[in-house]
Amino acid sequence: MLDLVWLIPALPLAGFLVLVFGGRRLGEPIAGWFATLMCGGAFAATVVVFIGLFNKSPDQRQFQQVLFDWLPVGGLKVQLGFLVDPLSIAMALFVTGIGTLIHLYSIGYMHGDPKFSKFFVYMNLFAFSMLMLVLGNNLLVTFLGWEGVGACSYFLVSFWFSNEANASAGKKAFITNRIGDWGFMLAMFLAFASVGTLTYFSNGSNVGLLDQGTLGHLTAYTATAIAALLFIGAVGKSAQLPLYIWLPDAMAGPTPVSALIHAATMVTSGVYLMVRISPVLAHGYTWLPATIATVGAITALFAATIAIAQNDIKKVLAYSTVSQLGYMFLAVGSGAYVAAIFHMITHAFFKALLFLGSGSVIHGMHDEQDMRKMGGLRKYMPVTAVTFIIGWLAIAGIFPFAGFWSKDEILLNAWAHGGSPLWKVLWFVGLVTALLTAYYMSRQVFMVFFGKENWREAATAGGEAEQSAEATAAEEHAGEEHVTVAVAPSRHDAHPEPHESAWTMLLPLVVLAALSTFGGLVNLPFSDSSRFLERWLAPVLETTTRRVDVPGVVQFALAAGTCLLCALAIVVAARVYLQHKLEPVEPELFAHGWYYDESVSAFVGGPGEEAFEQTAEFDKGVIDGAVNGVGTLVRATATRLRLAQTGYVRNYALGIAVGAFILIGLFLTRAVG
Amino acid sequence: MTVLADLHVTETWYLVLGAVLFTIGATGLLVRRNPLVMFMCIELMLNAVNLTFVSFAHALDDVGGQAVVFFVLVVAAAEVVVGLGIIVALMRKHPGATADDIATLKG
Repeated sequence: MLDLVWLIPALPLAGFLVLVFGGRRLGEPIAGWFATLMCGGAFAATVVVFIGLFNKSPDQRQFQQVLFDWLPVGGLKVQLGFLVDPLSIAMALFVTGIGTLIHLYSIGYMHGDPKFSKFFVYMNLFAFSMLMLVLGNNLLVTFLGWEGVGACSYFLVSFWFSNEANASAGKKAFITNRIGDWGFMLAMFLAFASVGTLTYFSNGSNVGLLDQGTLGHLTAYTATAIAALLFIGAVGKSAQLPLYIWLPDAMAGPTPVSALIHAATMVTSGVYLMVRISPVLAHGYTWLPATIATVGAITALFAATIAIAQNDIKKVLAYSTVSQLGYMFLAVGSGAYVAAIFHMITHAFFKALLFLGSGSVIHGMHDEQDMRKMGGLRKYMPVTAVTFIIGWLAIAGIFPFAGFWSKDEILLNAWAHGGSPLWKVLWFVGLVTALLTAYYMSRQVFMVFFGKENWREAATAGGEAEQSAEATAAEEHAGEEHVTVAVAPSRHDAHPEPHESAWTMLLPLVVLAALSTFGGLVNLPFSDSSRFLERWLAPVLETTTRRVDVPGVVQFALAAGTCLLCALAIVVAARVYLQHKLEPVEPELFAHGWYYDESVSAFVGGPGEEAFEQTAEFDKGVIDGAVNGVGTLVRATATRLRLAQTGYVRNYALGIAVGAFILIGLFLTRAVG
Repeated sequence: MTVLADLHVTETWYLVLGAVLFTIGATGLLVRRNPLVMFMCIELMLNAVNLTFVSFAHALDDVGGQAVVFFVLVVAAAEVVVGLGIIVALMRKHPGATADDIATLKG
């Protein structure tokens, strides 16, 4: 059954090819259903492979399928092959599963869009690329998928590219990611130069980079360099400081895209990469994991503070995603790879749910994204409201929802890491972030689903007033122009009342809500037998995972304490946004994202542009100058030299005669001498 | 006549004649401007060389020198065909042109 692994990426690829050539003819909604079917087929194939893998004994759970030699160049033999092991299949399961749900949702969400079939072309291409990334058996195939998802992200973020802001958001995502890709490429060069292979685990013709034997030949210095360069790649893809800036802007894309690419799957591929190369990471110096954890923790806190002051419903979720990804890197850095994957999976459930829920709200509110113009929606959108609330409780870390278990696992690992006081600080940062998460998510839920029906005023005020309101809103937003609001081309009649969405949109919400509720079951911390995920991943991660040994009482106290504090944060948020007893704290600093974006713009626009100008001058003066100088020199010399060519036959004849005399003289003197 | 009869013609005479002919040809090529005359000078030089070859062949009793002369003759014939063709064409286009007038390869 493991032989069927090629089918997993092949089905979305087939869907992509069919839709590229015949998508327009299939039209709406058949193109959407077809794409969903292909993604669902990939999910079914993954389940089959999963069962095949499950039936083997744990130490046999690794299988490689090589389709062909992709790049046989000298010492470098890169295969196009797939690696099936517990880690890649766990990833593939939730990528295809959530991907199918989001495809289904998109049929409803993209209803009436003139580029309906094109949307699914990109979605299927994305699913294909993501599966190549996850299932590749060497770094280069992973990189192929890595670039593929980046390109799809670009296509989909700027899907409604007729709006200038959306187009530039796509470019921003793409260019920022290039910085990370640079690190990834250097890491590959270094890996090849030092061990001569890019393959993860040895198979018939290639040695494996991650095999213990190969790692033995690697110095700690090189291992650290490879892991650090890959981490740069991960920072770009997974939107960590300082390269996180593209992710909030990527919300310009359609909401299903935000859910699939910018919350559940693509942005977690950096975490996946770090977990995949964990043997290299473990082989290097210990300062690198500590750096990774620190970057993760700071990003988590930083993004959480920004999220508490955003008014765009999707922006809150975007910063929240950055923050949660920071958690995952905190886990990776503390050596808790299982916790990182666990949180990745639960986060995929509840963040996809929240994004799809926000999409449903945006849809029901006729493309309104400002939370200040919402309120009281639970009466009008009951299913969306209930599922969104489940997602909120899950991300806030409330017992017994999925987020509680995974977040607790990460905090526990940071707490118990020991070694230096740094880890206690990181744990504290994680705890504060958890409180902020509960706070800003509560704020969002209360602003959208509870309280006064603010949209009613906007609707009754009439067209002109609405326009002027929009104008003032635009003025308010003037300083934060990067906070682009993705507004779909208006494709609805102007109904004043919000309405519940179609069943294709609600079904994924319900399924994801169920997963967000029960997702914690995959890795309950009570005993070794209830840690299903940890046992499943053990063949891959057992050697590198750092074991924590904490008494049960302390574990319970930490979990209960965190949960109580989060509940407290929810209560505070309720006092502020529901009962209006407390003044909301939304400093300008946070609303503007610590002016990070502005600083980058100012720097790149000011000294940066100056530097680029200087570089261009240098290029023009020195580099081009050298090239042109050689040309000028040759031309000047030739101008003199060509005068020797008189064109007179007698001159040439004289030359020959003189030459002949010299030669004869030479020979004669030689003969005599 | 006895003086003449006693005169023994050695190879040196032929070699000197060859050298004189060659010098005349070379000087003519360098100083004359008429293409046809220059061409004749080249022929003169070729034949001077032929004469030298034959003289040495006789003196050294080696037939190789005479064999080379046949090659030179063939090459000279071929050269005449091409060279005269060019000169005739040139004279048709620019009647009375000298070698200096056709310095179109001037750098």
